[in-house]
Amino acid sequence: MKIRDKKLFEEEKRKYDNKETPSRKTPEKFSTVSSEPIKELYTPKDIEHLEYMKDLGFPGEYPYTRGVQTDMYRGRTWTMRQFAGFGTAEESNQRYKYLLQGGGTGLSVAFDMPTIMGYDSDHPRSLGEVGRCGVAIDSLEDMVVLFDGIPLDKVSTSMTINGPAVILWALYIAVGERQGISSEKLRGTIQNDILKEYHAQKSFIFPPVQSMRIITDIMEFAADHVPKWNTISISGYHIREAGSTAVQELAFTLADGFAYVEAGIAAGMDVDKFAPRLSFFFNSHNDFFEEIAKYRAARRIWARRMKEKYGAKNPRSWLLRFHTQTAGCSLTAQQPENNIIRTAYQALAAVLGGTQSLHTNSMDEVLALPTEKAVTIALRTQQIIANETGVANTIDPLAGSYFVESLTDTMERRAEEYFRKIDDSGGMLAAIDNGFIRREIESSAYRYQRQLEKKEKIVVGVNEYRTNDEPDLEILKVDSELERKQAARVKKLREERDNGAVRKALKELNDAARGNDNIVPRVLNAVKALCTEGEIIGELKKVFGEYREPAI
Amino acid sequence: MAEKIIRVLLAKPGLDGHDRGVRVIAKGLRDAGMEVIYLGLHQTPEDIVEAAIQEDVDVIGLSSLAGAHMTIFPKVIELLKEKNAEDILIVGGGIIPEDDLKSLEDQGVDKLFLPGTTITEIAEFIRSKMDSRAA
Repeated sequence: MKIRDKKLFEEEKRKYDNKETPSRKTPEKFSTVSSEPIKELYTPKDIEHLEYMKDLGFPGEYPYTRGVQTDMYRGRTWTMRQFAGFGTAEESNQRYKYLLQGGGTGLSVAFDMPTIMGYDSDHPRSLGEVGRCGVAIDSLEDMVVLFDGIPLDKVSTSMTINGPAVILWALYIAVGERQGISSEKLRGTIQNDILKEYHAQKSFIFPPVQSMRIITDIMEFAADHVPKWNTISISGYHIREAGSTAVQELAFTLADGFAYVEAGIAAGMDVDKFAPRLSFFFNSHNDFFEEIAKYRAARRIWARRMKEKYGAKNPRSWLLRFHTQTAGCSLTAQQPENNIIRTAYQALAAVLGGTQSLHTNSMDEVLALPTEKAVTIALRTQQIIANETGVANTIDPLAGSYFVESLTDTMERRAEEYFRKIDDSGGMLAAIDNGFIRREIESSAYRYQRQLEKKEKIVVGVNEYRTNDEPDLEILKVDSELERKQAARVKKLREERDNGAVRKALKELNDAARGNDNIVPRVLNAVKALCTEGEIIGELKKVFGEYREPAI
Repeated sequence: MAEKIIRVLLAKPGLDGHDRGVRVIAKGLRDAGMEVIYLGLHQTPEDIVEAAIQEDVDVIGLSSLAGAHMTIFPKVIELLKEKNAEDILIVGGGIIPEDDLKSLEDQGVDKLFLPGTTITEIAEFIRSKMDSRAA
């Protein structure tokens, strides 16, 4: 769009700006869910400093603002990847087979809290939590059952695991070996993003420096032996759920990404050896345009940094590929059916932002694990977007919008300000140590809570449009008997296995952890010797210590 | 005579780390004039009860978002009884299904706050309970 008569434009704009309307007396009322001020009107003036080839470019081309693939969803729609897992390995295995028979090719494994924190099912701290919010895995025996009858060269598997990621990954490789499938053929993702655990999700085990060493060991081992594996899914999702703004989610996630890249380079690897295997995971919250701008800015920032700052030469290292999950924290326990609508808008934002895969939340997740009916509606929401709305017909349809381009640019600039603050405080590990990131997120969470209480922000059914008769929703229950069975199973394993081999494997692991050898081969030996997850974590704790959060 | 300042102990028992809610409430109750001690993550019932007695608190607030409430909340109540500290008000919050909510309140939890509750409501509940006890 051209402005032929610049003088006329300026004149008309001045006239427009000088009109008095009631809404112009309270501009502060208009801001995103993250409190980012939004102007009444965006015009060509707001984007006149942008240059198409430098700032947008073509899809599949640097700086990838418009998308990472040449043909985006015309080639293939995004992967509809729904996260699932509960109870014992047998039960989850049945669910996975059911999903695969229905035409799915990707699995996404949810583990229970004891597995996530590195405790066996019979540990006192596991009491009441075994199999509750994911599947319980104690040893190779359980992992073999979890993937029984599922050929690992035919599926890609995403495992949401962080502190003990190296163990679950080794278990997966070991199951592959038993199926006669070499590690080069395995495809999947481990979340393995420990930095966001200190900021947000708080499922840390070891201190940051030691955790980063495990991660560089994983990146190196993967490059040599498991080349199709995504080694870290750098996650903003949890940062947002903990209450951050959209800009903070963007900035802290990318800053975590830079920290992994710097750690890999510092460990002596060529950046192009590991960077193509890094992927991202973002939240999709309620503020529609802010979310779209966030994804577009994320791609541009990552490409620019990887090329210009870290000197990556392989274009695959410049690509920010990402998974999206709709915002769990936006769901309300009140009038839960409304969550279907929230999730649909959030999913649409993720698609317009160019996501590679998507999980849509179920309406009842604010109450308990989702029922099958709720999960089906969530999946149908994605299918309706893909097949009925027509939004996937053309690539990045909002490009060129004065508002969306301006907001994308603002997000990039605000993220850069955070990168400078993090650099000034001595880098990401220092910003974790001195509590900078945590405080920033916490004060955003508190501000939002206050805005809700003062009704400066409205959530339908919660602080406005309430009703007295809330419908009863059917809730999924997890059988508590399975905890006893799973605990008995791991006890029996410890009695029946070759405990000499277990001690030897743990000793060798301890030696590698103390020295500079890559620990992954030692963990692999340990899981094959039937060491339990809790034993391996326990051995590593002896060397690496444990992280404790400072009190407030 | 100056009004006694209400002392609140907040904790996150169990293994999950979803501490957004408990941290927001810690700040909110402080702003409402209460003295708040937040014990942090992964607290066992024993840790919580010991700290509550040592710190001489009026209220214990427990947060649970990953299904551990049914084992941990009753255990805290049982330990408080053993230590003759049942006068401490027990409140909780998080993701707690309706049936569990009733069962926990029957077992002696004074009040469970579900998602969407305001800090003002929580502060008012605590104050009214404290006032009725003082009277």
